[in-house]
Amino acid sequence: MSGQHVEVSGLVDHLFRRKSGQMVSILTRILGPANLDAAEESVQEALLRALQTWPTNGVPANPGGWLMRVARNAAVERVRRQTRFAEKITELETFDVPTGDDTAAGLDGPIRDDELRMLLLCCHPLLPREARGALTLKTVGGFSVDEIARAFFSKKTTVAQRLVRAKRLLREQAVPFELPEGDDLLGRIESGLEVLYLMFNEGYAAHHGDDLVRSELCQEAIRLTTLLAQHPKAALPEVHALLSLMLLQASRLPARLDEDGALVLLSDQDRRKWDRGMITAGFRSLERACTGSRQTEYHLQAGIAAVHAAAMSYEETDWNQVLLLYDRLIEANGSPVVALNRAVAVAQIEGPAAGIQIARRIEDHPAMRDYYLLPATMGAFFVRLSEWEVAAAYFDRAIPLPCSDPEKRFLQKQRRYCDARKRTQSTI
Amino acid sequence: MASFMLIARDVPQDFADVSPEDMQRIIEKYVAWGNKLEEAGKKRAGNKLRDGEGRVLRGNSGKLAVTDGPFSETKEVIGGYWLIDAADYDEAIELSRDCPHIEYGASLEIREVEQG
Repeated sequence: MSGQHVEVSGLVDHLFRRKSGQMVSILTRILGPANLDAAEESVQEALLRALQTWPTNGVPANPGGWLMRVARNAAVERVRRQTRFAEKITELETFDVPTGDDTAAGLDGPIRDDELRMLLLCCHPLLPREARGALTLKTVGGFSVDEIARAFFSKKTTVAQRLVRAKRLLREQAVPFELPEGDDLLGRIESGLEVLYLMFNEGYAAHHGDDLVRSELCQEAIRLTTLLAQHPKAALPEVHALLSLMLLQASRLPARLDEDGALVLLSDQDRRKWDRGMITAGFRSLERACTGSRQTEYHLQAGIAAVHAAAMSYEETDWNQVLLLYDRLIEANGSPVVALNRAVAVAQIEGPAAGIQIARRIEDHPAMRDYYLLPATMGAFFVRLSEWEVAAAYFDRAIPLPCSDPEKRFLQKQRRYCDARKRTQSTI
Repeated sequence: MASFMLIARDVPQDFADVSPEDMQRIIEKYVAWGNKLEEAGKKRAGNKLRDGEGRVLRGNSGKLAVTDGPFSETKEVIGGYWLIDAADYDEAIELSRDCPHIEYGASLEIREVEQG
């Protein structure tokens, strides 16, 4: 990831978003998860004050500290108005606003603890699965409802309802703001990783060149996984494995779209555009992931990503190693998506016909019905066999299925290519 | 060189839906504009006025009346001001043209400061 840099405005990139996550976390610790709303409103008030004051008065010397102080004061005001909060006021007033270092990197221990607790609170297994990611982005990530809706392709009202329900659940079930111990902690981290994995995939899978929010979703997932990986209590091997997977995948983002916003397949990517810094960090995380005895699916997926990252070209990829990892992944998770990816590896080693044979076995799987990558992959196999008509029929099936615009354009291009080749064939 | 006061008139609006990221971007635009003036040696000062605490004084046949407002009949309130240096109104307008305040739908009133 690129390092934090201070713009001419005196504001670090994403300062508001990051600080709002931190401030909500700290205030939620003090006020309790049942009062998450009050914490969020106090923070919103601080951001608004900045928006109204800084344009004329200029940015203060320590903007992050300024925001924290104003948010704290807003919370104090709120508490004063509500007697049920009375016992919180001392804690609020004595909470030290950090001074000096203002960058996210300069986080000290207690704040990091609060952010981690907040993250694990948002990923609490008690909450409905679909609410966890939204609540995480809202409170820890500092995303607005609108941004979350855009990121997850959902309606604003749906996201808003999920958030309200999740907060109500936290209140009703009196979930404590704590760092669980032992097996509890393991379970909570597992749930957290699941949320972060989905968050990353959501940002990565359908990458729109014109929508920044989606690449920021990847960045945020990486930031939060890093938060786990750097915390002594949460830095489990599987956390490092997931972080490695994210870094290695994200390293290819700069090469995934060409200048016209068209999708570039792994086989055709300009590998010089891959982010070397991220690859190095990804390998380092993978090393840390391989310290325990457990091998999770994140380990296997990171392993596959590492083989690709290490290859000088598509042809020089160690496909046998890729296949071996997919074999193990199938044992751990027999999903048809894994089987389809394995078919691609098999086709690389034994030829497209072998890939077709494997992919055919999952063609009728109910989970594959709307999955455009199945007919798209089949189409690509038949292209390699120069069976243009069959390939075209597969692309025709893939095109109407849900996928991003660049992906759709790519499929249409493939379809036209089949037609062109078919014509030259018949004229010969 | 003459001085001009840019009086920022705000129209109260609902920021409930503006994300932290967008708020930061808005502030950055103002700062960039202010920096540009400062580098050109044109900016003297800028201040936000406190919300909602003003007083209006009126002389009423020898008696002083103090009220809390409203300050004017419109919905607009004076939110803050900048003091800039410019040769004349033309230059003052030129320097204010790209003030983000206008872009966000509010207005700027430009008044020349009478020199002693």
